[in-house]
Amino acid sequence: MKFGLALCAAAVLAAAAPLPQAAAQSKPGAETDPVTADFEKFRAVLEADNPAELFEARGEALWKTRRGPKNASLEQCDLGLGPGVVKGAYVQLPRYFADVGKVMDAERRIVHCMVTLQGFGAEELAKRPFSTAVYTPDAVSIVTYVAGQSRGMKIAPGQTHPSERDTYEVGRRIYYYRAGPYDFSCATCHGEDGLRIRTQNLPNFTTPAQAIRSYEGWPGYRMTGGLMHTLQWRMADCFRQQRFPQPGYVSDTITALLTYMAVNSAGQTYRGPGIKR
Amino acid sequence: MKRILILAAAAGVAGCAAVKDDQTYRDEAQRLLKRDFQARGAAALDRLEQDELQRACTQYSNKPPPEVAKRLEAAQLASIKFPADGKLVGDWKQGERIAQSGRGLTWSDKPDVRGGSCYNCHQIAPQTTSFGTVGPSLYQFGKLRGYGPDMQKYAYGRIYNSKAFSACSAMPRFGHFGALTEQQIKDLVALLVDPNSPVNK
Repeated sequence: MKFGLALCAAAVLAAAAPLPQAAAQSKPGAETDPVTADFEKFRAVLEADNPAELFEARGEALWKTRRGPKNASLEQCDLGLGPGVVKGAYVQLPRYFADVGKVMDAERRIVHCMVTLQGFGAEELAKRPFSTAVYTPDAVSIVTYVAGQSRGMKIAPGQTHPSERDTYEVGRRIYYYRAGPYDFSCATCHGEDGLRIRTQNLPNFTTPAQAIRSYEGWPGYRMTGGLMHTLQWRMADCFRQQRFPQPGYVSDTITALLTYMAVNSAGQTYRGPGIKR
Repeated sequence: MKRILILAAAAGVAGCAAVKDDQTYRDEAQRLLKRDFQARGAAALDRLEQDELQRACTQYSNKPPPEVAKRLEAAQLASIKFPADGKLVGDWKQGERIAQSGRGLTWSDKPDVRGGSCYNCHQIAPQTTSFGTVGPSLYQFGKLRGYGPDMQKYAYGRIYNSKAFSACSAMPRFGHFGALTEQQIKDLVALLVDPNSPVNK
């Protein structure tokens, strides 16, 4: 049975295009341009005392505290490894959840638990989902906590269930979808090696070597504005700059894109919540 | 690679039913895009509808067959509106400001604020060191290529509609979609081909 699934996975990966030529692949951390080198030094210093840790601690408290209309904690929340199992959960997401019959990413699953276990309103949570100077949503802190509990583990999102493979394939089509008044797709900026917007390096998410650069660092403490942000925020803000309308918070579109990026990053080590410029 | 293909074929025969055909996934992607987005600010939902060129470039992963590319480019070229007064070169100082501005058309931008975002992707004037590499360097554009009417027309056309020259170019069609005004494009042309522009010094 396992061999058959492995064949299936091989078929899916073989069908996934475009695979880069060996010569075009760059090794992680291979950039030597001075802008990147300086920023990496700066980042290393800051990572030693990452403000994200404060949000991890807050998230842990929120996970364990009875809250909401149902006065329940999140300790029965099943992130894919069984109720309440947080260690290692982040790196096996996104994945299929039989109880809802859908693939869910980390934040989406956490929001699902906040709604079903604690009785919070889904629409209420979607009204102000992203951090501002004066407010960090609870879900953001909880995602940061959960992500921190996968620190040092290998990224391994589910790809054995048919829905998981379908979600990856749909995510890939969305990734390459050119639209809007600038004709941008995700791939316009993130589909080639060695590109840079102003002085911000753009990882190529379509190749395993660089896809990790999309996944590591999120959720991340963003120094611009001093805000804790998750991938849900990052995807929405990419769409804003692509001149698209606004994607729905924890929508299928975002789950599909996150699945595409996570699967492309599979096998790499997740270093936990990061720090961004 | 050959081994992967053999494995894939075997998996296909073994009934790896999970991988559906390409069009099914494309249709599902369209369905999600149409359903999951909300209009905000200037960003209306019709922005998700692809025109013929966007659809073709998506279909061919930005590498259309030569005959398709030629047809797309010709159609884009035919649609370029050059200034009625025949004057293509404006003020390079304004052009530099426009090139530096990343504002315009996002849902957080005011409707009357427009920039070219040129430095996001290009090196242009040497004094502006914060430049991107998505597009080629435009430093010494006029000095290397010439300052005359032909080059002015090429620069104008390229900014107005880059796809007229390269069907699936990454560069937005600034004139075609009204992202920049005629005067703004003239000012950017000046930045590139005015002998007095810092680009050409």
